[in-house]
Amino acid sequence: MAVDLAADPPAGLSQPSGSVVDQTLAIARRAVVRTTRQRGLIVFPMVFPLILFAINGSALSAATRIPGFPTHNYRDFLIAMPFIQGAMFVSITAGVDLARDIESGFLNRLSMTPVRGEALLIGQLGGAFVLGVVQAIVYLLVGVATGVTFASGVGGALVLLVLSILISFAFASLGVLLALRFGTGEAVQGIFPLLFVTIFLSSSSLPRNLIKAPWFRDVATYNPVSYLLEALRSLVITGWDAQALALGFGFALALLVIALGLAQRAMKSRLTRT
Amino acid sequence: MSRFLNVARGVAWRSIHNTLVNPAILVPSIIFPLFFLIAFAGGLSRISDVPNFHYAPGYTAFQFVFVFLQSAAFGGVFTGFAVARDFDSGFARRLMLSAPRRSGIIAGYTLGALGRWALTGTVVTIAALIAGMNVFGSGVQLLGLLGLGIAVNLVAALWAVGLAMFLRTEQAGAVIQMPVFVLLFLAPVYVPVSLLTGWIHDVANLNPVTPVLEAGRGLLAGSPVKVAIAFIGLIAAATVLSAFARRGLASAERAG
Repeated sequence: MAVDLAADPPAGLSQPSGSVVDQTLAIARRAVVRTTRQRGLIVFPMVFPLILFAINGSALSAATRIPGFPTHNYRDFLIAMPFIQGAMFVSITAGVDLARDIESGFLNRLSMTPVRGEALLIGQLGGAFVLGVVQAIVYLLVGVATGVTFASGVGGALVLLVLSILISFAFASLGVLLALRFGTGEAVQGIFPLLFVTIFLSSSSLPRNLIKAPWFRDVATYNPVSYLLEALRSLVITGWDAQALALGFGFALALLVIALGLAQRAMKSRLTRT
Repeated sequence: MSRFLNVARGVAWRSIHNTLVNPAILVPSIIFPLFFLIAFAGGLSRISDVPNFHYAPGYTAFQFVFVFLQSAAFGGVFTGFAVARDFDSGFARRLMLSAPRRSGIIAGYTLGALGRWALTGTVVTIAALIAGMNVFGSGVQLLGLLGLGIAVNLVAALWAVGLAMFLRTEQAGAVIQMPVFVLLFLAPVYVPVSLLTGWIHDVANLNPVTPVLEAGRGLLAGSPVKVAIAFIGLIAAATVLSAFARRGLASAERAG
């Protein structure tokens, strides 16, 4: 007989201790503490996109001489990249952390307690959320320090922070979904290259209208990562571009809703005791 | 000598076998260079329209040489990961107990790295040719390019195997990989060095990878440049890193 512990507890079993909010906060606190204790997990994912930003910001500066390139400073164009790369690293951190809980049996033990599935899911993302916020602030400060200027002003910088944190949270939900589906950290890490490839196959290095190879331009056009990058980039280069922002926020929210929805279903089946 | 060769052959066979039968190792080592080729040659091909960019075979060939040499370097780096994994699992210690000539272990791992790269390099080359890459170099010049790739693979493998033997943990992965990655990307990856500006121009001029990359591009284009400098630099690096790897092995022996 299968007992779904994510649903209301059957008669005779104890009622959940504390509200869903209390449970979520308790799990989130554990996730945040665990993330902040793993310095290797924080420093490398944060530094790697900055190294690429420093190198490619100079190495590709010749691209600004291509007729029609939207800015004279390649770093203005490239600053969106670290935010997306950082978000993908956050997704792996969130996924691997949860996979470790699955592998170590921690999640199984939790399934014997009255903790709700929703609290577990959102709480697990707490560490990823904090990491996403810290990364976004660091990338913004480094960008400004290296001469990136915002056509949309201070307000645009704040919107960029909000959007990048939303993107990090959406990717973290994807990481959690992968962990719940596959159950091992190795599998989550194995999928990371595929996530990273979506950056390469986007408008990350050149605007879509300047991509020469038609097939690559088509792939970049169908790749949602292009719109996440272009929304962040628009705040730096263009100013307030409603269409770019709507597409960026729209795709980030869509990823968040789909990944969280599927993760909730996967969590339910993980917490179902047979 | 025969004991050295036996150890080297055994370790090399195991390294290549493990790569071929483990998709988690094999697939990323092939997929990553392919995506670099696609992203750089496909996505950045408009870079060739930058004023004063002159490379006769075209941008796909320009990027192919970088990806070809990069895959050679990472064939060596990934072998370092395998060495670290062998120490974590305890296999390396058992191997050192049973090997009659331990220096054969280093030779075996470096041969394994070459075998690993043989597959990746072939796949990348076929992909570039399918993508329409122009090849203007003669047969001898193309052999020269292959020689550069083998030398880069050897140098990277000696670095990675040596460091893995010093550190003896999989957590050393980032330390093994990062210097190679940074050195490669501080070379003129996207445009010739003459078109680089600012600090990256100065760094690229000092970077030992730059003459190797320029020699490779020259050989593919049929107009060799800096070939002697590139090979002398790689031989010198291989000599120094051989000593480094031997010291790494000695360190592992002392650790027991």
